[in-house]
Amino acid sequence: MSHPSKISGNFFTQDGKGTSPFRLIRNSLLTGLCISLSMLALLPLFSIVMLVVKKGMPLMSPALFTELPPPPGLEEGGFANAIIGTVIMVGIALVLAIPLGILAAIHITEYEPSSLLSKAVRFVAKLLNGIPSIICGVFAFAAIVMTMRSFSAFAGGIALSILILPTILLTAEQALLDVPNAYREASLGLGATPFQTIFRIVLPDALPTIMTGVMLAVARAAGETAPVLFTALFSANWIHSIMEPTASLSVLIYNFAALPFDYQVKMAWSASLILVTLVTVTNVLAQLFFSPKHR
Amino acid sequence: MGGNSIAKGSPGPINRGYRPRPDFFRFSCFLASALTVALLALILGEILYKAWPAINKFGLGFLSGVQWSPNRGVFGVLPVLIGTAASSLLALLFALPLGLAIAVFLSENFLPRPVRQFIRFMVELLAAIPSVVYGLWGIFVVVPLVQQYGAVLADKLGFLPLFAGPAYGNSLLTASLVLALMVLPTITAISRNSLVAVPPTLREGAYALGATRWETILGVILPTAAPGIVASTILSFGRAMGETMAVAMLIGNSQRLSCSLLSPSNTLSALLANQFAEAEGIQVSALMYAAVILVIMTLAVNIAGEAVLRRTQRSLVGLK
Repeated sequence: MSHPSKISGNFFTQDGKGTSPFRLIRNSLLTGLCISLSMLALLPLFSIVMLVVKKGMPLMSPALFTELPPPPGLEEGGFANAIIGTVIMVGIALVLAIPLGILAAIHITEYEPSSLLSKAVRFVAKLLNGIPSIICGVFAFAAIVMTMRSFSAFAGGIALSILILPTILLTAEQALLDVPNAYREASLGLGATPFQTIFRIVLPDALPTIMTGVMLAVARAAGETAPVLFTALFSANWIHSIMEPTASLSVLIYNFAALPFDYQVKMAWSASLILVTLVTVTNVLAQLFFSPKHR
Repeated sequence: MGGNSIAKGSPGPINRGYRPRPDFFRFSCFLASALTVALLALILGEILYKAWPAINKFGLGFLSGVQWSPNRGVFGVLPVLIGTAASSLLALLFALPLGLAIAVFLSENFLPRPVRQFIRFMVELLAAIPSVVYGLWGIFVVVPLVQQYGAVLADKLGFLPLFAGPAYGNSLLTASLVLALMVLPTITAISRNSLVAVPPTLREGAYALGATRWETILGVILPTAAPGIVASTILSFGRAMGETMAVAMLIGNSQRLSCSLLSPSNTLSALLANQFAEAEGIQVSALMYAAVILVIMTLAVNIAGEAVLRRTQRSLVGLK
């Protein structure tokens, strides 16, 4: 079965003859080792998903989504304010990063694909992608929290926008590159201006892929803790303005995970369940969206 | 430079046609590009500016200092630097064999394509799970395991400094194990890409000479893909160094110098995560200094990894 004559066609007519048994056994052993190592690596993933579902489910109730976190020791309440905080901060990040990322992507694919600035943008996007997420938080702390003298949802949103900008920019670039050039030529040939061509022909065709990038960015931003940990901090109350400390699901998990109160730890698991569900659903949707269209 | 070419128009896919008035849309696209590039400079500049008082005060002694005590105004990051390097290297040590095995598994036809696609999706999901969830899982699963078996290790191998007791649950080993899991998708994805990029003629040639499948993999395919695998390792190292939350929750946050895998340690990113919210005065500046070091280290590693990756792609062109 594992002898290459099966794979490489009809060059050998006598299957396996002439190959010493030692080589064949070694071959099968390595195949077995490779498959079992691969399965071993997936074991923790199953453990994580099972544990998150098992420990996160019991607390799931409407109260979790409508009430404030309880004071230590009390066994009631929810994390509605953290959900609102996460939504607001991810919203700020999207409002800033989507236009910036997509416009820059249009610039480097449609207008000046080979200019020095475009090369710099591609390089910077890759570097930003590699920068640790906590550095986004450090920057927002230095630039906004220290200037305003207050932790705020605004600072958290800025940090998250820097985090997701490369994702949005790079997927938008790929999406625009995937639009066949014939579309552009046809549009320009019919007398459309470059602006009309981009807005009526190129962008609509690239939109599903761009949206995929945005979705993945949302899932990533919602789960990131390091950028909001010391920019938005945390709060046990409802949010009144974006210029005050704000709770988020991810920081709630971090803060509650090590508390000695059973109920708080359960809340951390429930928040994890929400985030893991969000991430899984967006990744499945992204897989469906990414089906190649033109090939 | 860019502004000039906007006025004149350069040969791109779209800039033909008559334009009677200035193209504001094109200008805003240009502006977005410029802003993106400026953003990196702004981030580096701002952090460097806020770190300046500490850089001035502590100089390079910051890197070799072994004490971090905000109360006494003494700041040194040597133990933290060692912890960062040790946890990342250890994570790579665990993740490399597994990641390579998955990459080979995904690029060979051991199992039907749908099964492989499913496993590939699972590995990608591993990358998408939030860091803080890994931390929570680590607290409940890995910490007890390490505590239990670490005690046995310390008992049996305690004479080696590497396994010296007492064994803690929150230790360098715990953080490295979880980190390994988190960099696995990076190693797998890039290694798989370089394995798939090996020209099929090489494989066919090896098979035609009578090599078994694994003789072909070990003798021809892996060596050809080696530069890509090296690149994946370097990029994963960069990711491991910057990983924050899971490490902060598991490593024990101790600035004490120790060479045992079983004792608590700290990393640059975990230090930042734990201290920023309550820091004041010169401590903020010292933390910014630590952030500068983290940025320099990760940027250097990432640029090196990208360079190796680009070279790989070029070197394969000649083989086709």
